Amino acid sequence: MIRFEAMVNGEQLIAEIEPHEALTEVLRRCGLYGTKRGCESGDCGTCAVLVDGTLVASCTLLAVQANGHEITTIEGLARGREPSAVQQAYIDTGAVQCGFCTPGMVMATHALLSRNPDPTEADARQALAGHLCRCTGYIKPIDAVMAAAALVRAEKEAAGE
Amino acid sequence: MSKKDIIDLNKAQQIPKSGSGTDPDFDTGDGSMKAYERFRVVNKSERRVDATKLALGRGTFTDDESPPGTLTVKMLWSPHAHARITRIDTSEAESMPGVACVLHYGNVKAIPHTTAGQGFPEPSAYDMLCFDQKVRFVGDRVCAVAAETELQAARALEKIKVEYEVLEPVFDAEQALAPGAPILHEAPDPQGIADTSKNLAAHLAADIGDVEQGFAESDVVHEGEYEVCYQQQSPIEPHVALTYLDENDRLNVRVATQVPFHSRRILAQVLEIPVSRIRVIKPRIGGGFGSKQEILVEDVPALVTLRTGRPARWCYTRTEELVSARTRHPAIVRMRTGAKKDGTLVAMEMIAIGNSGAYGAHALTVFSCTGGKALPLYRCEHYKFDARVAYTNLPIGGAFRGYGGPQGFFPLEVHMDELAEKLAMDPMALRRKNMLRPRDENPLAVALGEGKEGYPQIIRSCGLEQCVEAGMKAIGWERRGSFDNSGPKKRGIGGVCLMHGSGIPGIDMAAALIKLNDDGSFNLLVGATDIGTGSDTILSQIAAEALSVSLDDIVIYSSDTDMTPFDTGAYASSTTYISGTSVKKAADSVVEQLIAAAAKIWEIPSDGLRAENKAVHAPDGRSLSYGDICRSTFYSHNQHQIMDHASHVSYECPPPFSAHFCEVEVDVQTGGVKIIKYVAAVDCGVAINPTACEGQTEGGASIAMGWALAEGFRFDERGKLINDDFSSYKIFSALDMPDFETIIVPTYEPSGPFGAKSVSEIPTDGPAPVIANAIYDATGLRFREIPITPEKVWRAWREQQ
Repeated sequence: MIRFEAMVNGEQLIAEIEPHEALTEVLRRCGLYGTKRGCESGDCGTCAVLVDGTLVASCTLLAVQANGHEITTIEGLARGREPSAVQQAYIDTGAVQCGFCTPGMVMATHALLSRNPDPTEADARQALAGHLCRCTGYIKPIDAVMAAAALVRAEKEAAGE
Repeated sequence: MSKKDIIDLNKAQQIPKSGSGTDPDFDTGDGSMKAYERFRVVNKSERRVDATKLALGRGTFTDDESPPGTLTVKMLWSPHAHARITRIDTSEAESMPGVACVLHYGNVKAIPHTTAGQGFPEPSAYDMLCFDQKVRFVGDRVCAVAAETELQAARALEKIKVEYEVLEPVFDAEQALAPGAPILHEAPDPQGIADTSKNLAAHLAADIGDVEQGFAESDVVHEGEYEVCYQQQSPIEPHVALTYLDENDRLNVRVATQVPFHSRRILAQVLEIPVSRIRVIKPRIGGGFGSKQEILVEDVPALVTLRTGRPARWCYTRTEELVSARTRHPAIVRMRTGAKKDGTLVAMEMIAIGNSGAYGAHALTVFSCTGGKALPLYRCEHYKFDARVAYTNLPIGGAFRGYGGPQGFFPLEVHMDELAEKLAMDPMALRRKNMLRPRDENPLAVALGEGKEGYPQIIRSCGLEQCVEAGMKAIGWERRGSFDNSGPKKRGIGGVCLMHGSGIPGIDMAAALIKLNDDGSFNLLVGATDIGTGSDTILSQIAAEALSVSLDDIVIYSSDTDMTPFDTGAYASSTTYISGTSVKKAADSVVEQLIAAAAKIWEIPSDGLRAENKAVHAPDGRSLSYGDICRSTFYSHNQHQIMDHASHVSYECPPPFSAHFCEVEVDVQTGGVKIIKYVAAVDCGVAINPTACEGQTEGGASIAMGWALAEGFRFDERGKLINDDFSSYKIFSALDMPDFETIIVPTYEPSGPFGAKSVSEIPTDGPAPVIANAIYDATGLRFREIPITPEKVWRAWREQQ
């Protein structure tokens, strides 16, 4: 067993882990079930989390590799019990159907908007490209990314940034 | 009542208006839809009732709960396509650390059953056992291990010694049906197989009129052979079940299922315990698309739990999902159509050879829909439909969104384009000349029921003409043939017409219960299963509309066999139409109770009282809020719980109609096909939630676009699936999805709840033929088989030049 210690959603998380365990497994074992498991080969993107701000497929990242890093999961995005602007955009546009791929898509949208606050539709499609969804046909999630970008920009303007 | 009586009593002309959705103001089909003006909650794009928790990552799916001490199940799968197990030695595995239970044919009772997850008695053969001594495809169950950890279970699997007598396999459906082929299912005949000695899982035939006479009377007879490939449902959440004993020692089954009540019934059958000892709980479901109609992962952990007393969990890996879950049946379909010079159809014949793989789940009923959904779209005097569905040593067919419809519409709609060319007609003009109209009778409805004779159907609402018109306009049909295709990138446009169904007439039954709370809110308990379809939202909207409250006043709880009434489940495009009507009926009854209670409080007759805006109003202007009425009936006067339940079954099955169009760009240098624009115009009656309806249409179409262009199974010579993960089995991504326009054509279905029909499956019927037709328009390459991969396009272009 190895000691795992990382800042997860702003709080210190300490766990005993096996060397072969993927980050997805450790997060879920610690009760962070919002990070889903869909393929365990990095293809579907539903397990996406931010590690030091970078979007990664947590199913193909060994937990030991994330040791000591800063991790954000879907649970870390909400403002208290309230949705973040990105989450709100997904709710408002009808982009959530079964919701299983939603956490990964929402994480990807956060990652996109943090580096590109004014994405084009092509940017939105590219950002979602690694996130497979069998329910929506991606049209509403693409709308959600564009709506989220507008919401985030409006919030920043309101805050005088 | 005998079957004949039922049919006689339900002659289409005499069908009582089912449900209470009838609107006297609405004259079907003539466009006067006053009902639309009165809707307050339905036909509005309300936010989904479950969207917030899901966007926050708080939705609790099956695998998001893990009781202490849960064992993990892993399965040893057959490496052979066809073999008999001659010896199995699990002793070493059983002594491995952490191993708690090992299951195989030697220690699990052989109870023939079907995993198809249908109503009872099932129209699928009882051709499966939990564990069999014979294996019938690469990926069939051999032996299960339950251990403390997944790793321990996996290590124990490696220590299981199995000896096989390898048998000759058969992979091709027609070869399997031919004399001398290896036989998959031997005597004693499992119940429900059409003919074990011929590997014939199911056989269907329907004749209306005489097609040979029709062909003789035709000016033109066109023939074609079409082939559709395997497709796997690929819900992003794989199959998963968690079983445990509660404090009363009842077996609790938390499972990703579309059919909790069928799951309970079939588990009781295979475990030989009473239904009363089982509770099936449907948590949040991560998509199903038909695959989770199958009872796949419940039995093994349940056996482990019953034997060890411990919780057990079994979750498929993605590869297990692709190989060992269920698929869309591949098929070869031969069509012959006779027409007059002016395009009037005279006779249509569809002969299908289906491949059911190793077991016959849904073999009969899927192919019943192949003919039953597709052929009746066009009117003619003579029809012939014949389908033989074969067992082969390949992965198992099953329910997949569209359910036989896509296997019928690809041949039909490509064939119609070919026929139009032969007749020198515009393909859409040929369709318009022959397609169903309001008040037409569905000619095949009686002949092709759900594994038995069906019920006559008369089309009441039909917006197909408007769909065609709106779709042609949106795609710019007039541009067809005007592209400059002199370069390597060639553009073309295609169009198709579609119809589907709404529930299984006379079989699907749904029930709902509504009860009033102190604040005038309501609990809505439904057996209907939201698997991502939005049915929790749709049913809440229907309840809110009927009760005259807002969506926030409805607290929905769906499908838990201990807590909610029965529902056949989330399949057959039935939830909005069937379950929705049960909700509407229950709500109407609760409104009557509210009015009666108010009348009693006021001590006046109930005539003239009306329920509106969460209150009952008297003609003299007084009003009582639902909350006031509830508190009164709870605590002071006329004390009782205001609530009611209702069930619904329909002998009508109103088809939604749709027309799909697309523009493609084919790069003949690479063979790549890019869909530039896609238009889906759909008549689903009243769209209860237009945004959800668009989502269903976009999602359903994207699944079938993948089928048309990219999916399909590839096997090695031993029958092993080659593309068995998401990096080799390519479903559509955000980069593949074209610019998409959904056009909702408003109609009003008199037999549906607030005028609604189904919408979920029809979008899967269109993409394969419409893309093939557009590719032909662009390149002159006629593809009669899918998937239409870049390699096939590239080769075909080279050959044509």
